[in-house]
Amino acid sequence: MLHTFVALVEDKPGVLTRVASLFRRLNINIVSLTVGESERPDTSRMTIVCDAHEHAAHRIRASLYKLETTVHVDEVDRSAAVVRELCLMKIAVGPDSPNGSHSRSQIFELANVFRARVVDLAPESIMLEMTGSSSKIEGLVQVITESGYTILEVSRTGRMAMRRGHHTSRVLSALGSRPKADGNGDNHGSKLDFHDNLGDEILPNEFENVHEEEI
Amino acid sequence: MSRPESGAGTTVLTGAEIVWATLEGEGVREVFGYPGGAILPIYDALRKFPIRHVLVRHEQGAAHMADGYARASGRVGVCMATSGPGATNLVTGIATAMLDSVPIVCITGQVSSKVLGSDAFQEVDITGITLPITKHNFLVTRAEDIAPAIRQAFQIATCGRPGPVLIDITKDAQQSTASFEFAAAAPCAARPHPMLRADSSSIREAIALIHSAERPIVLAGHGITQSGAEAQVIAFAESQQIPVASTLLGLGSFPAAHPLNLGMMGMHGESWVNHAIQEADLLLAFGMRFDDRVTGNLAHYAQNAKKIHVEIDPSEINKNVRVDVALIGDLRGVLDTLLPLLPKRTDTGWLRKINASKGTAAVRDIINLPDNGHLYAAHVIHDIWREAQAAGREQDTIIVTDVGQHQMWEAQYFKHETPRSLVTSGGLGTMGFALPAAIGAKTACPHKDVWVIAGDGGFQMTAAELSTVVQEKLAINIAIINNGYLGMVRQWQETFYEKNYSASPILSPDFVKLAEAHGIAGAHIAKRKDVTLAVTKARTSGQPFLFNFQVEKEDGVYPMIAPGAALHEMVHRPERDPLLETAEDE
Ligand SMILES: Cc1ncc(C[n+]2csc(CCOP(=O)(O)OP(=O)(O)O)c2C)c(N)n1
Ligand SMILES: [Mg+2]
Repeated sequence: MLHTFVALVEDKPGVLTRVASLFRRLNINIVSLTVGESERPDTSRMTIVCDAHEHAAHRIRASLYKLETTVHVDEVDRSAAVVRELCLMKIAVGPDSPNGSHSRSQIFELANVFRARVVDLAPESIMLEMTGSSSKIEGLVQVITESGYTILEVSRTGRMAMRRGHHTSRVLSALGSRPKADGNGDNHGSKLDFHDNLGDEILPNEFENVHEEEI
Repeated sequence: MSRPESGAGTTVLTGAEIVWATLEGEGVREVFGYPGGAILPIYDALRKFPIRHVLVRHEQGAAHMADGYARASGRVGVCMATSGPGATNLVTGIATAMLDSVPIVCITGQVSSKVLGSDAFQEVDITGITLPITKHNFLVTRAEDIAPAIRQAFQIATCGRPGPVLIDITKDAQQSTASFEFAAAAPCAARPHPMLRADSSSIREAIALIHSAERPIVLAGHGITQSGAEAQVIAFAESQQIPVASTLLGLGSFPAAHPLNLGMMGMHGESWVNHAIQEADLLLAFGMRFDDRVTGNLAHYAQNAKKIHVEIDPSEINKNVRVDVALIGDLRGVLDTLLPLLPKRTDTGWLRKINASKGTAAVRDIINLPDNGHLYAAHVIHDIWREAQAAGREQDTIIVTDVGQHQMWEAQYFKHETPRSLVTSGGLGTMGFALPAAIGAKTACPHKDVWVIAGDGGFQMTAAELSTVVQEKLAINIAIINNGYLGMVRQWQETFYEKNYSASPILSPDFVKLAEAHGIAGAHIAKRKDVTLAVTKARTSGQPFLFNFQVEKEDGVYPMIAPGAALHEMVHRPERDPLLETAEDE
């Protein structure tokens, strides 16, 4: 089954190798891995999606913690989390396209339905940008292919995940600085402890329909 | 020659000097190493510091020495090598320390930072190579980063589950200068592992399991000594009247002569121990990891038993064996919490039952047979133990074994009463380990009697270190168990490959002459009656001594569990072992 881990790691040369090497050693295939900066200086955030045995999660998490460069590891499968992926897609729209000169407007329509954005227009191609869950991205790919268009290139970032609500305090305490209100580390009464209240989530416009498709 | 200030205050030093000053600050008195181009600045600065350098004959030896030093003393062992081939020669030694969780720090020289990645002369990506066999490693390219890296390395090596750490230092970092202050380079306090967990609910569950158990057994592992929990384990076992079985690396952590001690478990463990584990209704695994050498076929392992696993490394929980209660934390702390909560138990029925089940297994033991004129490895090892015991040196003897049949016989026939009295490569099973590891052990514990027990095969892998023994004036006693074979391989070929002794007969030099060529006295011994006297002579000589014990060639280690077989399906010494024809029992 697929497991999703969010790991905060020190932002140093070689850290990615350590993480990747660990999965290689455990003989586990990484489905996707995204790395980027986090809210903390000198700390990168990784979302690792891997295909492993159902009971493997504990061992993977514990093994990640064995890396000296690991600050915090969270398994987000069984929790309410927002999972997103960014996709860039280039579609051929020349004179031989299924709808000839109407092709462009049809792609615009499809993009609209999927809330994808047109980010480049060239004489023979259109580039779309889309953010969403993997299934939504796969949906768009499927619709475009089934409509007879040729997809020239697809680039996907792999998934990024973030727990909803209360989790933040735990991360802060793992990092050694917890918010003042949160005296004992796991204060469920604190303001940060919201599971489903979207009002508390700062969502950029692109993430409008967060309810829509959770994996 | 004035040495720059170390300790309090800031001084400007070269990177090379910082290496030594930091090691000195960490309390290091000895390092094991071998020089070369990329580490020459460090060697040049050595004379300014009160640290003894032991020159090895091969860098693998340096890593094993640091390892033996650490296992014998509990202090971090330090080794050094130059870049390229020097660094790659360390690899086997580092992996050996990794698999047995031994705290060592390895320092390697590296080509200049400007040419890193250019395949410069003697450049090798040693941090890449050692990534999976170190607990952590560092590539340091600036003088100011050296002290913090070394200090953090010492912390990592010893914290939690110990292990090897490597620091690769570029030549320009060694040559440039930086201000140095030992205290300022201290690492942040180690983050408590977020998965450590010995909370009240798991403690309560553990207590309930212990309370209701009728046939409990403690499985004593290396973690007991790593944690310094020997006294707690004894107190626990005595208070609950729970018998104790040991892994290979657990030997010595629980006194062999203790009435609750059962002996070694696993592939060549005592049959009654393995049977008892299969019959047990509760296993208390203390700092051991259910390695395949101790469980046999997992599908049939201790099926009647609930399992409580006390372990500091969360990734070991449920790795091989599914446990009922996991107490993740330092063993000593966990036992300190647990013990006061347990009412004393007095029922000794289970122990008596196990002892009764020993039956003829003990009687048929080769050690109890009358002398038939042949010399068996078991006799040699047993007599070395008896001799130490008779001389009152039992507590002050360290046995360092190599890998093979003699290693298993050592585990069976040398009774270890004290922690750190057996140094052996368990996890990696590295032949060639014994002699260099013994050099490390003797360097750490000069007042102890240190014995190498090695096979004729393994001894030849690192025999060059004999020269190190002499140069360092180390009074180490060496017992080569010479059976003319890679004995353990031969035994497997005998059992599983129809006696096709492919590449297992091995020719050896005259080991006594080899010793003499190094200026080491030696003797050939082929009769049991000569063993004890010779051993006493060697032990009291104050000089290194080498024995070539010419033992029975085709002896086997029994009992034995075939790979894939269950723990209770042990193969015993054949009833009509041709070796024993002349010495029928009963
Ligand atoms: C470096 C290394 N190579 C190969 C082996 C495989 N191996 C395990 S035991 C053994 C035979 C050891 O022979 P010897 O040193 O004579 O000891 P004996 O078994 O005869 O006591 C071998 C080859 C090993 N453990 N380590
Ligand atoms: Mg041999």
